[in-house]
Amino acid sequence: MIFTLNGEKTEYQGPLNARLLDVLRDEYRLTGVKCGCKEGECGSCSVLLDGILVNSCMVAMGRAAGSDVVTIEGYSKTDRFAALDKAYASVSAVQCGFCIPGMILASECVLRKYPHPTEAQIREGISGNLCRCTGYNAIVHAIQIASREGEGLW
Amino acid sequence: MNKISESVIKLDHAGKTSGSTWYVADFPADGMLFGKLVYSKKPRAHLIEIKTPPLPEGYLIVDKNDVPGKNEVHVVLDDTPVFADKTVEFIGDPILMVVGPVEKEVKRIASAVEITYEDLPAVFDMRESETVFFEYKYNKGDTAKAFAEADMIIEETLRTGRQEHAYIETQGIIAAPDGSGVMLHGSIQCPYYVNRAVAKVLGVPGENVRVIQDPTGGAFGGKEDFPSMVASQASVAAVKAGKPVRLIFDRAEDMEYTSKRHPSVNTYRAAVKDGRITAMDIDVLYDAGAYTTLSAVVLQRGIICASGVYTIPNLAVRGRAVKTNTVPNGALRGFGGPQTFFCIEMMMDHIAAKLNVDSLDLKLAHLAQEGDTTSTGGKYHFPVPLKDMVAEVVRNSDYRAKHAEYTEPQTGRYRRGIGMSLFFHGAGFTGSGERELIKAVARLHKFADGRVEILATSTDMGQGLKTTLTKIVANELGLPLEKVLFGDPDTSRMPDSGPTVASRSVMIVGELLRRAAETLRTDWKDGEDQDITEHYREPDFIIPFHLDTFTGDAYVTYSWGVNALEVLVDTLTGVSTVTGSWGCFDVGTIIDENIVKGQMEGGVMQGIGYASMEQIDSDASGRIRNRTFSDYIIPTSMDVTNLHVCNHIAEYPAGPYGAKGAGELPLVGIPASYTEAMEVALETKIGHIPYTIEDAMKALTGGDSK
Repeated sequence: MIFTLNGEKTEYQGPLNARLLDVLRDEYRLTGVKCGCKEGECGSCSVLLDGILVNSCMVAMGRAAGSDVVTIEGYSKTDRFAALDKAYASVSAVQCGFCIPGMILASECVLRKYPHPTEAQIREGISGNLCRCTGYNAIVHAIQIASREGEGLW
Repeated sequence: MNKISESVIKLDHAGKTSGSTWYVADFPADGMLFGKLVYSKKPRAHLIEIKTPPLPEGYLIVDKNDVPGKNEVHVVLDDTPVFADKTVEFIGDPILMVVGPVEKEVKRIASAVEITYEDLPAVFDMRESETVFFEYKYNKGDTAKAFAEADMIIEETLRTGRQEHAYIETQGIIAAPDGSGVMLHGSIQCPYYVNRAVAKVLGVPGENVRVIQDPTGGAFGGKEDFPSMVASQASVAAVKAGKPVRLIFDRAEDMEYTSKRHPSVNTYRAAVKDGRITAMDIDVLYDAGAYTTLSAVVLQRGIICASGVYTIPNLAVRGRAVKTNTVPNGALRGFGGPQTFFCIEMMMDHIAAKLNVDSLDLKLAHLAQEGDTTSTGGKYHFPVPLKDMVAEVVRNSDYRAKHAEYTEPQTGRYRRGIGMSLFFHGAGFTGSGERELIKAVARLHKFADGRVEILATSTDMGQGLKTTLTKIVANELGLPLEKVLFGDPDTSRMPDSGPTVASRSVMIVGELLRRAAETLRTDWKDGEDQDITEHYREPDFIIPFHLDTFTGDAYVTYSWGVNALEVLVDTLTGVSTVTGSWGCFDVGTIIDENIVKGQMEGGVMQGIGYASMEQIDSDASGRIRNRTFSDYIIPTSMDVTNLHVCNHIAEYPAGPYGAKGAGELPLVGIPASYTEAMEVALETKIGHIPYTIEDAMKALTGGDSK
């Protein structure tokens, strides 16, 4: 099976019913993809599958055939990441950090859909990603800052 | 603003956003064995027979017979077994572990283990328990006389539920054989707790057990004592196998079998004379679960907080923590305080209703003042800033006008309510714990090149301690942050600065480090290596606490909190929406504005979850039903969209630059602000949390709320 992983054409020879999450972490050592629940509830394992935010624990490898998969490792090389990273840093939106790779990818999806999002749009866009530390305010704020400071990136 | 309060980019920020930070599960598993625990499926039983399937080569079973030292996990007492011996005491008691090189195969073998039990009678209801693990009492004044002279007596029973920590990273430890001991690393709040527990289990000296804290994905108290169990099990397995063993919980295991906040049933009797509360007689009952773990200290804090922020001249307080055949309950942000703070705040609301006076006015009229005697005969040594903080919250929330409006009869589908709660959190260990038990030590090492390393085992689990402690040292030395190093806590090279609990680390360890830095600054020798060590000293003003009489200063100082919370309830569905939350928190001098704000916002949110939606139920066999995030619901980004916090700063002279404890405070008093708001909206009386949608529906349809 062939798929694109963080921009590189990749051949995968394992079982097609394996979880994308497990394969990313174990076979490709992309451990920025965190496992928080393995039941599609917490969002820590979020990746972009053909540009759409998915819980990689709920995706079988077969579904990724021919698709484009981006994890935080790939996304962190982009200018958009740099804008989000800076914004998150400026308000200390990262506490324990376990939800953050997924949250950053959720932020990307919010800003791609709404370059100038309302607070409600942000909150809806990250609502599939649980954070137990922050109460979410700082994360929402960071996305607003990234939208402003990263004008033109999205 | 104090210069140190200015926010910096958190020192652990970059690796966490880019995903390059390794948490315990992210270490390469090459050459490691996977562990999977097999747990009791019975709440109480004799173990009759354990049948294990044939084991492929390289797979092992590890159980009580493999424990080289004592089969006891040291917490406060030693009654928790590493692996069950002859009996099991709750559904989730670990019996054995399967260990092997392929995770899937390990899980298959674990699920094929057959255990024969002989059932024993089990107790699930704390009120029916005959095993009292801990009991404490204290008295102040003459309660009997005050009740005899009262013109009104109000009695109520108030209940609080279990709460799950729901840190997003589950429990996890990797243990590897290391000489005549082990090396462990993982998701840990208290490295030296793990060190001492494992040393006892392996029967080796503490120096043979090296414990390193990995970046930790949330803890909230859930990684205070529990990692000692996980580490003991993993260490026994690693020693038996002669290979590293990785024991990482899945979410269902973590939710069902690890510690929770103690449920409680509390009976309050209040005597009122001439509009003043003259006495309270309080009975506090905490459900400890199957083993004692941290219940003694949780209960102590609970009963110390039983009369809240008020000076009640006559008090009789009794607290018990009793055994049930359920998962042992332990530490969770607030540590026994949130239960009794819910009770006292609701009592104040209900007494005000009986007296037909405004609840906030009644609270203000009974507020403790600087110099007043505390519940345990200690003293409020410093100003109590609550009046100013209430004024600020009233201003921010428009509380007075809203409360007046919402307490008038409401009509229509949507109803509004607003409530306010007042609370404190005693910073540091309860009683004489810091002086007698913890005896914290912190050290600075200056390298010849002028860089300085912090040597302390205080852990960052998201609350920002890596950053705040580094800021304190850098500030005192006048060095840029990058000249001060603070690596992951490691017991092999760092002294025991005490557990990272009780909102103590900035206030106590931060001050030890500040003092060490002050000494180093005055004694600085260019081009030389220098070591400065500081030991904890109890402040001179303290009235010593005696546990036997339960008297004295329970805490050196207090952090204070006020929160107003507004709700909108849909009377058709019972669904409530928090339309606003306005908090004001005094944690003394703020060491980093963003970090403190994040602690306050996160704590308020966790408190709202505890009050309104986080419910744990058990079936008839005592098994917890809520084993996933699908049925244990924590707040999402859409649940509370209008959450405000601010700070009032009352400096504590013995804390670094005036800082006090911060982490737990914001959760402690939140529940009552929610339930008072719900009482106003629903025109009902509430005596328990969580107060769920179902409870609201019962109130709306005239049924009994359970």
